[in-house]
Amino acid sequence: MSLPRSPERPAGRGRLAVLFEQAIELLIRLCGISAIVFVFGIFFFVFREGAPYLAQLDLGAFLFSSDWYPSNDPAHYGAGALLLGTLSVTLLAMLMAVPFGLGAAVFVSEFSAPRTREVLKIVIELLAAVPSVVWGFIGMSVLGPLIKDVFQVPLGVNMFNAALLLALMSVPIIVSIGEDALKAVPDSYREAALALGATRWQTVFRMLFPAAKNGLLAAVLLGVGRAIGETMAVLMATGHSARIPTSLFDPVQTLTATIAAELGEARQGSEHYQVLFLIGVLLFTLTFAVNLTADLVVKGIRRK
Amino acid sequence: MNARKKIEVSGLRLSFGDKEVLHGISFDVYAGEILGVIGPAQSGKTSLLRCINRTIEFTPGARVGGRIAVDGQDVQHVKDVHGLRRKIGMVAPLPVGLPLSIYDNVAFAPRAAGARDRAWLDGHVEQCLRQAALWDEVKERLDVLGTKLSGGQQQRLTIARALSHQPEILCLDEFSIAIDPVTTMRIEDVLKELSRDMTIVLVTNLVQQARRLAARTLFLWNGHIVELDRTEVVFSDSPGDRRTYEYVNGIFG
Ligand SMILES: Nc1ncnc2c1ncn2[C@@H]1O[C@H](COP(=O)(O)OP(=O)(O)OP(=O)(O)O)[C@@H](O)[C@H]1O
Ligand SMILES: [Mg+2]
Repeated sequence: MSLPRSPERPAGRGRLAVLFEQAIELLIRLCGISAIVFVFGIFFFVFREGAPYLAQLDLGAFLFSSDWYPSNDPAHYGAGALLLGTLSVTLLAMLMAVPFGLGAAVFVSEFSAPRTREVLKIVIELLAAVPSVVWGFIGMSVLGPLIKDVFQVPLGVNMFNAALLLALMSVPIIVSIGEDALKAVPDSYREAALALGATRWQTVFRMLFPAAKNGLLAAVLLGVGRAIGETMAVLMATGHSARIPTSLFDPVQTLTATIAAELGEARQGSEHYQVLFLIGVLLFTLTFAVNLTADLVVKGIRRK
Repeated sequence: MNARKKIEVSGLRLSFGDKEVLHGISFDVYAGEILGVIGPAQSGKTSLLRCINRTIEFTPGARVGGRIAVDGQDVQHVKDVHGLRRKIGMVAPLPVGLPLSIYDNVAFAPRAAGARDRAWLDGHVEQCLRQAALWDEVKERLDVLGTKLSGGQQQRLTIARALSHQPEILCLDEFSIAIDPVTTMRIEDVLKELSRDMTIVLVTNLVQQARRLAARTLFLWNGHIVELDRTEVVFSDSPGDRRTYEYVNGIFG
């Protein structure tokens, strides 16, 4: 700090202030570093539990085989169907949640009257506060029978049911983060675009979206993260069956639900136990890949 | 001078909430003239321009009374407000480079109006950037974000953008705030050139700029028109109002 010190201020106090500032800076730095430490720590411990099995691991079978028979003798640990279950449910959920969530964000931020906006925001926050086990319950007892009737399928708990739940769970996140991103675009940009003769919609699509793209991408990613990581609701609503789905209404099984359902039964240190931790590593890698891709995309856009 | 009235303002009142900012002002702008608008800070110059292209309506609580007509048509009742806004080029006081590439900034309005032909757009973007005296500085990097330009460059970018929809009226709000004197002179020359087939309303804090460019000058003060006359008269030793003399000569309040 090279601000000129006022003459009447005693010298000691200035030094104290400098020390204080350095302490704060150190503290903030520690907070930043601790985030990195935690991430690596989690990865390390999850990996360590699963690592002993790596020597026997047939990576091809682990990733692509759909034979998940952990209690057979010999056991088969093919997580292909689980991986596909997670990917398909997440993708389907995002296909529903992203357009809906972004649309709602645009409405709340750009088109709604102040009163409507306040009400909507409260409702959306309430939606975000519903515990996932309640969502699972809704999926089993409300959506399930409904899907069975409407689509004439034998089983109401299936990929579509779970995806719908995940969509409903991610929409509040996408809306509230997306709305923040849109609100952060200065009004002078809007007025400039409108002064150029653009309609409200042209302003949204041609100016607002490009201007807010980083924030909107973050909103979508947090939604994806929510969907991939969700466990309870998908355990209850997917049908939990490790098969390769052939239709939207087939039951599936996700990586998360597998861990939740089986870790309790697996003896600590057993093969099954280790494989479940490797599934955790797989899950971790998946979210990491999604985030990294998004980062690179954003950087790519920004470099222009 | 062509005496056709391009803009007619009569009894224009504007208030934000319960604070009245323009107190019923009336004046005309003739087709093809440059009208200078001078006045101290807060006198309502920017708000006046925003009434003309109706962007004022995006400010919650703004209420407009009286009548503004462009080409004889009341702006409050035009069928196509987007068309009206395209007829009026607006250069805002703070340079607002949209967060798009330089090219997309200038192509924004034509595209919004439906232009798709890439070759035409290329030529048009170049022409607008040339008119705003910016082309030589950016021609190698049209895909760079407009917001990455310097303040003065962004201001010229907004001028290029205001010209991009081939407006009949150009409203400039203190366009030279962030531009160096040499470039300002270049743009002033362009404005003289443009005024042959364009009507220009030039809001400026540099009274000498109005003197150099404007055929007539309007002195706005606290939401009232103190004086509107030929520029020679406004800048003479005996304008119609003593306050005009004082403001123009920098001995104001
Ligand atoms: N969006 C707004 N909301 C509320 N009041 C406003 C708004 N914009 C302008 N005003 C008020 O209107 C009055 C006129 O402002 P305006 O910006 O039109 O003045 P100006 O002549 O352009 O001043 P300057 O020379 O500083 O640009 C001021 O008192 C200002 O506080
Ligand atoms: Mg102003």
